[in-house]
Amino acid sequence: MELLVSDVKLVSGSRWLLLHAVAVFAFLYLPIVVLILYSFNGEGVGGFPPHHLTLDWYRTLFADGPIWDSVLNSLQVALAAMVISLTFGVPAALALERAQFPGKALFRRLVLLPLILPGIITGLSLLMLFNVMGTKLSLVTIVLGHGTALISVATTEVFAGLQKLDRAQEEASLDLGANYWQTFWRVTVPNLKLPIIGAALLIFTLSMDEIAVSFFLIGRDNTLPLEIWGRLRRGITPEINAVSTIIFAFSLVAIVFWYRLRMRGESTAEAGAEFVEAVEGGAA
Amino acid sequence: MSSLTTPAQTSPRVDDRPASSSLLRVRNVAKVFGKNVVLRDISLDVAEGEFLTILGESGSGKTTLLRIIAGFESASAGEVWMGEERLDRLPPYRRRVNTVFQHYALFPHLTVEQNVAYGLRVAKRPEAEIESRVAEALDKVKMSAHAKSKPSKISGGQQQRIALARALVNRPRLLLLDEPLSALDANLRRQMQVELKSLQREVGISFIFVTHDQEEAMVMSDRIALLRSGELEQVASPREIYGRPATAYAAQFIGHTNLLKGEVRGGVVRCNSLTWSAALPEGPVLFSLRPENIRLAAGSTNAPGTVRIRGKVRHQAFQGATELIRVECSDGLVLVVRISGSGGALTDVELEFSAEDAVVVRESPERS
Amino acid sequence: MFSRAYKTAVTLPPLLWVTVFLLVPYLLMFCYSFWSVSASQTILHSWNLDNYVQLLRVDVYWQTLLRSMWIAARVTVFSLLLGYPLAYFLSFYAGKKKDLLYQLVIIPLWVSYLVRAYAWKTILGSGGVLNTLLQYVHLTKHPLEFLLYSPFAVVLTLTHIYTPFAFLPIYAALEHIPRNLVEASHDLGATPGQTFWKVIFPLSIPGVLAGATFAFVLSLGDFLAPLLLGGPSGIMISNIVVSLFGAAYNWPLGAAISLCMLLLVVSLLVFSERLEKRWSFS
Repeated sequence: MELLVSDVKLVSGSRWLLLHAVAVFAFLYLPIVVLILYSFNGEGVGGFPPHHLTLDWYRTLFADGPIWDSVLNSLQVALAAMVISLTFGVPAALALERAQFPGKALFRRLVLLPLILPGIITGLSLLMLFNVMGTKLSLVTIVLGHGTALISVATTEVFAGLQKLDRAQEEASLDLGANYWQTFWRVTVPNLKLPIIGAALLIFTLSMDEIAVSFFLIGRDNTLPLEIWGRLRRGITPEINAVSTIIFAFSLVAIVFWYRLRMRGESTAEAGAEFVEAVEGGAA
Repeated sequence: MSSLTTPAQTSPRVDDRPASSSLLRVRNVAKVFGKNVVLRDISLDVAEGEFLTILGESGSGKTTLLRIIAGFESASAGEVWMGEERLDRLPPYRRRVNTVFQHYALFPHLTVEQNVAYGLRVAKRPEAEIESRVAEALDKVKMSAHAKSKPSKISGGQQQRIALARALVNRPRLLLLDEPLSALDANLRRQMQVELKSLQREVGISFIFVTHDQEEAMVMSDRIALLRSGELEQVASPREIYGRPATAYAAQFIGHTNLLKGEVRGGVVRCNSLTWSAALPEGPVLFSLRPENIRLAAGSTNAPGTVRIRGKVRHQAFQGATELIRVECSDGLVLVVRISGSGGALTDVELEFSAEDAVVVRESPERS
Repeated sequence: MFSRAYKTAVTLPPLLWVTVFLLVPYLLMFCYSFWSVSASQTILHSWNLDNYVQLLRVDVYWQTLLRSMWIAARVTVFSLLLGYPLAYFLSFYAGKKKDLLYQLVIIPLWVSYLVRAYAWKTILGSGGVLNTLLQYVHLTKHPLEFLLYSPFAVVLTLTHIYTPFAFLPIYAALEHIPRNLVEASHDLGATPGQTFWKVIFPLSIPGVLAGATFAFVLSLGDFLAPLLLGGPSGIMISNIVVSLFGAAYNWPLGAAISLCMLLLVVSLLVFSERLEKRWSFS
């Protein structure tokens, strides 16, 4: 159903709604637009309007060694975190959907908690663990941090996918002689292809952006967000605008791709609801 | 409720009841969704206190027509009048029309009582009046005991009654019912059909009832408007549609029938090997012959005005009081015949029918 | 249908991992909060309640906590005020453009938090975009100082970050409302405005609660925006914790504060869940 009253003149209330929507979109995109604009601004940050368009900052960026090191680190961490989250998140979803065991309610809450808990708590608690265990902080500890926090993303997506799965298919497989292991790989996983790929993409992107948990678990090597953070502490350089614009471009591609993937056979609202639960990890 | 059996034509009104006694007048309404023509040139009158059923298959446009009258869709062309007012210029919340929705659409966050009171609350009626009218409405649908329950706690049949009460309590001039019984099981459905009909009589409001179930339409309606692919096939009382169907589609949609193709030459009908005389214009002709109007021939010769034919019984379906048999006649014609169920197995039979029972019907061409 | 072996195989590994990397750390945090730090910067495993006493006695801690809650509350209210009408517009008025607009709302979420906070810094600074613009059009003569390094900047930035978070569950809830309920309301004589307050809003409350919870909890625990934009007057509780684990080196005290935050968050979640259940009708 589109407008509440189809052909009657646009109800006055909805004119205000439209204005409000435009204003909110402007608010949401203002920093992004500024960022992109100023990455081409000759005078760097400050001054309005921007003039003297240049690609200098991008050139400086490409020559910047440490930044690219940190990009490489982030990529490694993201891939490793993806592996961990999926390896434990997929069985977790299966366990929640199919098994009964003591402490199941606690387990469910624990798994989903990092999604809504501010990252500082997750990061600090893991820091204390590593401290007690005597583990040195490094990219490995970051991987463990991201992997753990993002299990919830994998679990949420796969759980939703499981609920749509037709039990009868697995029953048919067992009936035809396949055992549980074979059924899992031949029937269950193929049906969960979309949720798993969606989760993988989401986890990868969230890990690349993650800063709160990483903040406490960092060793000698920086991830990209932390590298940027370090620079910001020392003062604003327009190079940051350039790298941010690039990050934005990549994120844009990733999210549109993820969204399209999700949309196959699902309503916007369902994807949105799951997305809500999935995204927390990246921002805090 | 008398009416003329006038099949739909391209522009005139389907029935010529004088305008003043009509509650609702639909004039040349059409509806197009993109390239899809859902309704074509619909004209229809609904009288005060009438129970009219819009009958059609899915995709016939019946729900769209109802929604246009309710105000949830606007017509692409045409007008809808109620009394002296242009109804289609008003938003749904200003029309004196209420709807019983197919899946009831009860508000889940309100109790039964609050649901029924909704329209009165919105109209800011005094509390005392609301209380008494709601109590009266609940009583009428026999749901007073459930006043404080939430919709999720009552059964489908009960929800349906509440939907009815919620609509009727506002005393609309017209009540629209969008396949309200389709979600109920067979027995409950039959019961509700009777209850709805008597409720309508009691309350005296015009009902427009939409369904795809022809039996339901026959049981409940004063008149039936048969809709096919967006056009009105026939608008008439159940008896008339059954006995004098205007088109082949009408004849087949309601009840069983045999369609006989023939040719008229010089006052004589020729249909395969059958002939009889009839005062009909020259040319091709199509007849509808109901199975119950064909019987097993008795006696050695046929009476004047009757037609006989021999054939072999291919299939017998026992249906309790009657049997439906399928007869392959000597000239290739296949007839479905309804006979009493008390006979045994049959093989060779001779069938007989009266020529006047073969009703002329128009062709029903394919429509896009 | 699933054998015990199957169920054990899928349950055990995640259960173990989660115990080691989630449960044990929280328990450790619990333990740390009762320990203390010696003068020579080592952690003494002597059990006491000193940290908690300190939290209650020393002003700066609970004052900062209250200020953080006040900031979080403002962020929540503004995010809801911005996000709800947007969600309502998309769900009921956007028609075919609904999907596209939805994607437009979630895209900013994917621009890294850090990057967006930094962008606000460039906008709000005294030599920044907003100030130079205002002076350019002669609305102001001097740069407005309060724009940056203030609670205002923190609230503004966090609202920017969390409005989409508030939007998402509200939109999901609105989409879930069967449209025939809206039609029924109109049919019974209610205008679109009346329909909103009597039918749509009540049914969207679980979404509003979820959105409010996200916005509040996540703003409360935020430490990046205050660090970048808050200045001395915009310090939030997490900043104190960060320094206790950094330069101020007092892990036990930091753990105590973190534990309090954890308990606060968990109780809010439980409370919010209860409320949501009360208000869900499907």
